[in-house]
Amino acid sequence: MANKKCAIPFTGTPEQEEELMRVIHEHKEEKGFLMPILQKAQEIYGYLPEEVLEKIATETGVPMAEIYGVVTFYSQFALNPKGKYKISVCLGTACYVKGSGAVYNRLQQKLGIQGGECTPDGKFSLEACRCIGACGLAPVITVNDDVYGRLEVDDIDDILAKYAE
Amino acid sequence: MYRSHVLVCGGTGCTSSGSQQIINVLEEEIKKQGLDKEIKVIKTGCFGLCALGPIMIVYPEGSFYSRVKPDDIPEIVSEHLLKGRIVQRLLYQETVADDGVKSLNDTTFYKKQHRVALRNCGVINPENIDEYIAMDGYEALGKVLTEYTPEQVIQVIKDSGLRGRGGGGFPTGVKWGLARMNDADQKYVCCNADEGDPGAFMDRSILEGDPHAVLEAMAIAGYAIGATQGYIYVRAEYPIAVKRLEIAIKQAREYGLLGKNIFDSGFDFDIDLRLGAGAFVCGEETALMTSIEGHRGEPHPRPPYPAVKGLFQKPTILNNVETYANIPQIILKGADWFSSMGTEKSKGTKVFALGGKIHNTGLVEVPMGTTLREIIEEIGGGIPDGKKFKAAQTGGPSGGCIPAEHIDIPIDYDNLIAIGSMMGSGGLIVMDEDTCMVDIAKFFLEFTVDESCGKCTPCRVGTKRMLELLTKITHGTATMEDLDRLEELCYHVKANSLCGLGQTAPNPVLSTLRYFRDEYIAHVVDKKCPAGVCKALLSYEIDENKCKGCTLCARVCPAGAITGDVKNPHHIDKNKCIKCGACMEKCRFGAIEKK
Repeated sequence: MANKKCAIPFTGTPEQEEELMRVIHEHKEEKGFLMPILQKAQEIYGYLPEEVLEKIATETGVPMAEIYGVVTFYSQFALNPKGKYKISVCLGTACYVKGSGAVYNRLQQKLGIQGGECTPDGKFSLEACRCIGACGLAPVITVNDDVYGRLEVDDIDDILAKYAE
Repeated sequence: MYRSHVLVCGGTGCTSSGSQQIINVLEEEIKKQGLDKEIKVIKTGCFGLCALGPIMIVYPEGSFYSRVKPDDIPEIVSEHLLKGRIVQRLLYQETVADDGVKSLNDTTFYKKQHRVALRNCGVINPENIDEYIAMDGYEALGKVLTEYTPEQVIQVIKDSGLRGRGGGGFPTGVKWGLARMNDADQKYVCCNADEGDPGAFMDRSILEGDPHAVLEAMAIAGYAIGATQGYIYVRAEYPIAVKRLEIAIKQAREYGLLGKNIFDSGFDFDIDLRLGAGAFVCGEETALMTSIEGHRGEPHPRPPYPAVKGLFQKPTILNNVETYANIPQIILKGADWFSSMGTEKSKGTKVFALGGKIHNTGLVEVPMGTTLREIIEEIGGGIPDGKKFKAAQTGGPSGGCIPAEHIDIPIDYDNLIAIGSMMGSGGLIVMDEDTCMVDIAKFFLEFTVDESCGKCTPCRVGTKRMLELLTKITHGTATMEDLDRLEELCYHVKANSLCGLGQTAPNPVLSTLRYFRDEYIAHVVDKKCPAGVCKALLSYEIDENKCKGCTLCARVCPAGAITGDVKNPHHIDKNKCIKCGACMEKCRFGAIEKK
């Protein structure tokens, strides 16, 4: 869960803001509107910048403190931008038993970052996730929407090379 | 009319191994051969045999192609679909018989299975409501609305003996009856699809393979308790399931099977989706409802139970996906049919997600009372590489492990609790002799520490302290007093936590302590990890008699810990060794040993 204040400046476009306002107005009369709004806002911006949270607070009347509480509670919400390629390593039980821990360690070593961090060039971010449900392919990692299964530690170099450009 | 149907699995497992690409290539090839009027390609839900994905079945012959690659498609199309010659080489070998193709139902994986909740998975196209209706879909809802009173519906469910499939095993009919009795201007029906147990994917497969069954059952539940609104709380990590649910809800509304005045009976019912955001605790019922309300998903004490005061403070029932998937069948075939399956106190079937060190990883549905041995050795095809079975883990981070001595126990709710595990939602992870039980207990504790919501102290602090003690044990710095302290803490956390997460968090530790105490003692007293997993307790050594002095190990060692001259035995400097195991992997002479 990201809890550090974001160091990267906010670069929202007017189109994104228009889209955000549309989402807020579409949902704000519903019961339990906060989660759907935050989820869609994250879809629009890729993460949840403080400026966006403030906007949601102003428009919905939910205090900023409460919004921040909800955002930091759920692991899916990010206060920091992710890398261009988001790598998730499944550390669910089936994958763990089949050696995903070693895959995760190798990725941290190769990328020179810890889980939850992003490489300085903004290219790769790495995180551990809990079971994506492809246990038949264990161990599994995903890079954005691509899934790589039945992995061995030595496959990592080839996979990273694909995204190196 | 099509002369042949090709079913391709579109579940998460097969999609991850590229089934969408298979479908694209298949459709292209079929068109190229001019067969698109004769052959229909259907994307279905999960067949269950995920280990062999991507899976493709051609009907009417029922030929079962496994691990299909895009390059195989032209051959399958031109040989099988055009000329009618089955491509034997690409079939799942167990279905190849001397005189042609053996039915899938005769293979060891499917023979012992009995599909109720999964009956439509891998059979119908989940994105087409007509296919569900053709399989008697929505007939149960029609029957209930036109022939039954709500009380009669509840009685049928009670008589069937159906118990909650999410893990707790509470009788479903009783739950509905309680919610029925509470008068309110608004009631809610919720579906728990926040399948958070790592290694469990039963609910996901049902949602992906047969979403309408869940919608139909929720409408039946709504009629039974007097609710007009339902919510499905589904993990956002399941994009395919979310998409199919959205399609299913839209189609059901268009057909008037959701919405106002369903079947002209005057009964209104609608369903909305709510996406989770990655918090395991939200699988707990009170936390789930708090999350639907848009807050931090923290649990609160019961009573009041949700049947009295649940979502938005109104009477609410919450059932698991698999529980719902059984309901339409119970209504159509009767309570007696359902209760004829299973054991005395656990009726019906249970779906298990079989994973870990086993040949046939995938989804299996068996009658309650099937033994673990049947599931692992027969259906699961045993353990790969001739390794020995050590334990099976059920119930995820809330459950425990079943050691080899209990492998013949009939699986049902009560038997599992008696041996210190629990049914859980149905994740079943098989472990062999290479798995360290202390490490597994630590793995689950890391999970609970991460996922503890922090509201109550026993869980927030207790699980953290337990993890610290376990870490000490795996590092070889613990004493026997630490072991006692760990056990005492387990009972304390179990007794005093607010919700199910904390109350069950010690189970993985307690059950491994119960059955594998000798492994704990080996870590604490002998400073050894018998399975060779805990790094701090390992040391790598080179057998001088086997080492040929090829220098390969010295070259791959990232720490420069290996020295030696060419053609002379090498040596590992234990102070420099980081125990990464790279040397052992690369050694061609088996000269490096892990101790």
